[in-house]
Amino acid sequence: MLPGIVRSSSRHLPCRRSLTKWMSVRNLAAASGDQMTVRDALNSAIDEEMAADPKVFVMGEEVGEYQGAYKVTKGLLQKYGPDRVLDTPITEAGFTGIGVGAAFQGLKPIVEFMTFNFAMQAIDHIINSAAKTYYMSGGQISVPIVFRGPNGAAAGVGAQHSQCFAAWYGSCPGLKVVTPYSAEDARGLLKAAIRDPDPVVFLENELLYGENFPVSSQVRDPNFTLPIGKAKVEREGTDVTITAFSKMVGFALKAADELAKDGIKAEVINLRSIRPLDRETINASVRKTYRLVAVEEGWPQHGVCAEVCASVQEESFDYLDAPIERISGADIPMPYAANLERLALPQIEDIVRAAKRACYRSK
Amino acid sequence: MGLLPLLLRGAPKRFLRASGSYRSLYESNSRRRRHGTDAAAADQAVNSRADHRPDDQMLDFPGAKAAFTSRMEFISPNAAEAVPCFRILDDLGRALDGSDIPEVDSSLAVKMYHTMVRLQTFDSIFYEAQRQGRISFYLTNIGEEALNVASAAALTKDDVVFPQYREHGVLMWRGFTLDEFANQCFSNEAGHGKGRQMPIHYGSEKLNYFTISSPIATQLPHAVGAAYGLKMDRKNACAVTYFGDGGSSEGDFHAACNFAAVLEAPVLFVCRNNGYAISTPACEQYKGKHSIQLLAFVLTTSQYFFLFLNFDAPGDGIVVRGRGYGMTSIRVDGNDALAVFKAVSAARKLAVEQSKPVLIEAMTYRVGHHSTSDDSTKYRSGEEIAHWRSVRDPVLRFRRWLESNAWWSVEDEKELRGAARKEVISAMNQAEKKNKPPLSELFTDVYDTLPRNLLEQEATLRDTVSKNPPSLAPH
Repeated sequence: MLPGIVRSSSRHLPCRRSLTKWMSVRNLAAASGDQMTVRDALNSAIDEEMAADPKVFVMGEEVGEYQGAYKVTKGLLQKYGPDRVLDTPITEAGFTGIGVGAAFQGLKPIVEFMTFNFAMQAIDHIINSAAKTYYMSGGQISVPIVFRGPNGAAAGVGAQHSQCFAAWYGSCPGLKVVTPYSAEDARGLLKAAIRDPDPVVFLENELLYGENFPVSSQVRDPNFTLPIGKAKVEREGTDVTITAFSKMVGFALKAADELAKDGIKAEVINLRSIRPLDRETINASVRKTYRLVAVEEGWPQHGVCAEVCASVQEESFDYLDAPIERISGADIPMPYAANLERLALPQIEDIVRAAKRACYRSK
Repeated sequence: MGLLPLLLRGAPKRFLRASGSYRSLYESNSRRRRHGTDAAAADQAVNSRADHRPDDQMLDFPGAKAAFTSRMEFISPNAAEAVPCFRILDDLGRALDGSDIPEVDSSLAVKMYHTMVRLQTFDSIFYEAQRQGRISFYLTNIGEEALNVASAAALTKDDVVFPQYREHGVLMWRGFTLDEFANQCFSNEAGHGKGRQMPIHYGSEKLNYFTISSPIATQLPHAVGAAYGLKMDRKNACAVTYFGDGGSSEGDFHAACNFAAVLEAPVLFVCRNNGYAISTPACEQYKGKHSIQLLAFVLTTSQYFFLFLNFDAPGDGIVVRGRGYGMTSIRVDGNDALAVFKAVSAARKLAVEQSKPVLIEAMTYRVGHHSTSDDSTKYRSGEEIAHWRSVRDPVLRFRRWLESNAWWSVEDEKELRGAARKEVISAMNQAEKKNKPPLSELFTDVYDTLPRNLLEQEATLRDTVSKNPPSLAPH
């Protein structure tokens, strides 16, 4: 694998497009062995879907020449050209509207938001133009679009870069909302999202991009997809159910390790899909363990955990042996200082304590 | 760095000059390395550039290419003259001297006229129907019939239309039937929209007319995206989007225009500048003042003297923004069917053949109220409305031109008006009698395939309905 030669000077000239042919492609094959980072999983998923279907294209700020603000679209401009990897001017409302229009016309755009915080400037197009159009047009206009980008807290980026949007988009009929955790989730769910005829909001996490996960050869197959609407039991257990999504799945698994030392066998469910929510898997698990801890990073009121609680309370009330525990982010705009940020977000110890409370092992 | 001088005007001479100054820069840098003084080397570099007169140097910032000037001159907010407005027929429907009449033969002209009359008739009758409580809402196109129909006639059926909501004539031209219009307004089970949308929010996939969406100007970036799709598919077609003077204030207008120009998307932006955005007059929608206009009104029509003293005349409309985005643009008399037909035909050709966006500002007047939720006599005079409804009626103007060609007669007029009225009333009565949409269409089309949670909800709802009085929901 030869390292790529990148002409950094090209970025200082006014017309960047004409210079793409001078940039050679860095070999993008995922790390050898049976590991893959989430970033490479996303990149390879987009790459394969673009190769398979000429209607798929990518648009967003910095996705082309800059190789992606988080390098998720690295190498795609070189491979597919500026017609299919569009660097957009800074207007989320503008390029989201344009993406939706392209989807109306039959193309399959993948719209990248630098973070979902900035997607708020485009939320009218996501909800009013994308989510509702199939219904309002009486089934005449479908919107096969994917909105993707980092969601939720990163590290030290303050209030306007840290909001979790899972609950807001998750309440909207017409949208599908998915939250991958591992590299396998990222590949399978993104491929499914791109192939899906409905608009999909694909919520990634910046801190997970660089994390390595084991992947099987099945996951590497170009036709590997995961069903949208199915959760995954990451770890089986018998004593308490812990539901989580995105980065919190990692925390929940570590909490399960801690709990195992005290003889508590926790079952960890990776939701994978916020809308549709896999109520069957959640309830089946609670009917086995009789206790539930629901975890999310976002704000507590009207959060995803509130919906999980409502579902379990409605469908498995008689099985519960303890009140449902909810762990969420603090009900404040995210502070910047590292110590305050840590206090504002769920930590592994919080999940452990909540599980023990549910098991009557602590207050 | 070596490429930049070649891009400048008068390349060879300037290349030598510019590289001369760059050479001195390099030399001064090497001097700096010998002497180790940054300040002295910087002075040297500046001095060697200053050896050349300022106007020999060209702006070489990445953001723009222009000559420098030593005269500080602000660009005035308004050009000396407003952009002239293209027209072919005068207000009485007579071809102006020297105008180049487009190829509109009698059958096309008569078909256009039929559609305008049918549209006008439909609007009047359905407006009244809302007043009588038979439908909940209606919005008319009165005053803009020529703009609607003539622009539609200049397009092909493959061109995709992204309307705002005052372009029913475009849809009517394409073949949407009176029954289809009426069914949507009455939200009955035969309506294309399955009762999902308010009245007048028409749409037809078959006729390439995207379903009307209420938020203002969202259709503009949609049109650009669709145009991009057409370009990628190499179709002989363009996207056409309509919006009002008010819509041009939205952020989506800016993004769409900018993008269309940057992406080189084959899209026509048709601005129906009809003077009002609900109650906001154009002079409050955008800024600018033409003292020439002001003076003309004072001199010639003294009855308007006081009115215009209190108003700023509006700025030079939307057409002037085209240049700001690097877009070809034109201002046309939107009440002159022939001028609209010609301008849109030419714009379409440019868009499709050269893959460029075009901005067309069609000047017109909104004769009706904004909608049935508005009473415009609250913000404009009855005389003004009456003037534009009668003397400046674009349908009448076109009819006069038809009559001058002996393509239309008083008898034809009487017959058409009578027939149109009968057809519209019949469509209305039929639509009113039909059933409302069934419960089975309540949960469909949220997603491509009906998800399980919605099947469960439907089952629960049917159960509730069956156990309760029949008034809850039919079938």
